[in-house]
Amino acid sequence: MVAAMTITEKILARACGLEEVRSGEFINARLDLALANDITAPLAIQELEAAGIGKVWDPERIALVCDHFVPNKDIKSAEQAKRVREFARHHGITHFYDVGRMGIEHVILPEMGLVGPGDVVIGADSHTCTYGALGAFATGVGSTDLAAGMVTGEVWLRVPETMRFVYHGSTDKYVTGKDLVLDTIGRIGVDGALYSAMEFTGETIAAMPMSGRFTMCNMAIEAGGKNGIIEPDEVTMEYCSGRMRREPVLFSGDREADYASVMEIDAASIKLQVSKPHLPSNAVAAEELADITVDQVVIGSCTNGRLDDLRMAAQVLKGRKVHADVRTIVIPGSQRVYQQAMKEGLVDIFIDAEAAVSTPTCGPCLGGHMGILAAGERCVATTNRNFVGRMGHPQSEVYLAGPFVAAATAVMGHIAVPEEVLA
Amino acid sequence: MIFEGKTHKYGRDVDTDVIIPARYLNTTVADELAAHCMEDIDKDFIGRVEPGDIIVAEENFGCGSSREQAPVAIKASGVSCVVAASFARIFYRNAINIGLPILVCPEAALEVETGDVLKVNLDEGEVANLTRDKVYRADRFPDFMQEIVADGGLMNHVKKRMAEA
Repeated sequence: MVAAMTITEKILARACGLEEVRSGEFINARLDLALANDITAPLAIQELEAAGIGKVWDPERIALVCDHFVPNKDIKSAEQAKRVREFARHHGITHFYDVGRMGIEHVILPEMGLVGPGDVVIGADSHTCTYGALGAFATGVGSTDLAAGMVTGEVWLRVPETMRFVYHGSTDKYVTGKDLVLDTIGRIGVDGALYSAMEFTGETIAAMPMSGRFTMCNMAIEAGGKNGIIEPDEVTMEYCSGRMRREPVLFSGDREADYASVMEIDAASIKLQVSKPHLPSNAVAAEELADITVDQVVIGSCTNGRLDDLRMAAQVLKGRKVHADVRTIVIPGSQRVYQQAMKEGLVDIFIDAEAAVSTPTCGPCLGGHMGILAAGERCVATTNRNFVGRMGHPQSEVYLAGPFVAAATAVMGHIAVPEEVLA
Repeated sequence: MIFEGKTHKYGRDVDTDVIIPARYLNTTVADELAAHCMEDIDKDFIGRVEPGDIIVAEENFGCGSSREQAPVAIKASGVSCVVAASFARIFYRNAINIGLPILVCPEAALEVETGDVLKVNLDEGEVANLTRDKVYRADRFPDFMQEIVADGGLMNHVKKRMAEA
């Protein structure tokens, strides 16, 4: 008789052809997809070439997305992107996404149905955990692990324990997945989920749209989690239908499975959150930071660059102008998001508000380009990290928030909640 | 494997952005990365570090981004190994994969200070503090990982297994 397993264990058991797996066990899992981008693929390519390996495992199951330092930030970045492009051409990589076709990797892969329930995905980017929102096992790795994956189609893994987070009740107006996950990371700390699977569940999650679920799973890594995961349901299936080219594999965890911990969270009591410099766990209620003036607001990233996020920002910015001293930058996460935002009049709202609207890119999130901060400057961003020097000068500061708070802050010039603007 | 060197000590949550800021991720050349190692947490590190030195840190070393350029920069700066109370999981794998020796040793992290001379024995899982005349016990790697390190990193390990198949 097979023992009770969590959803993560079930996915991994199937991927290594075993009836069951236990947490702590080392396994070799078959990959459904291996992903890299323009700053992590070059090292992986270098490793492959140095090892003299000439062939990838399956050119259909590798995704290479140029999103971090593109459109090319400088000569060196151009050389890196070129190396990725040449590798993709040489190996016949179907899913190679370059300027004009690309978007932020963790926005476009679900959008295009390249990842789905039951999948095992590794990506040379720590926010690969985003796809757990679809009920997949997805985890970030480094370039060498990715190179090995591109060659063998497998990854060695230590099966993680699962920490269960159960969210109860309906959220307050304007409170989204971003606020819930910042609050949760604030409770457990940046290594609170070290090596563990973070399973998000409860009626609050069931009522949450896919955009909020992607946001939450995206930030599992900020608590040190191996993966974030949400069991697939009708919301998941509605999202996947018409996008995925193959049959999704649906798993749900056994109630009697061994969970390392269970945390019950009253979602209705969670206020709009902001994480102060310099840790994502430094979360407080946004209303406590009204004295913090800012120089820049960024709305976008793999965390909050989807259409829903832009709609939220537009709701606050409509008919208003951003504060004269705040550089407001909106970055749709994909070409499809950008185009749909245009059709819905959101881009007009942003430009009328005197915000800048950019082609999709990771850009300022990691201090690359498209909105770097000078010494002493502060930014409220819908991104995922606020470490020292994250968005520019080591003496700049990043405050993390959801799109509603970011947009309200852009209008007021200091950290603000939507009620201050919309009242 | 045994390493002896002087310590550079750091606190907890040393993230990969301070180990190698993104503005330098437009290169894969190890020596270019090394030139900016630890820049946003300790801009004098690269001027101070000597081959064979050891980094000791508290919990959650290497957290944040998966950038493999972080352990690459540390290794290329001349650091022989990193001892920490705990490691973030992606950094842990990356270090093994590129052949940067690491050791989990909470006892050492508690007591060691910058400048202490340490002797680290990876096989035994032991850290000797020669300056303070103390010995701390550490966790050994699982055998599985020792094999990867013994093969000279993950790609060599993969090649060897492919040849055996």
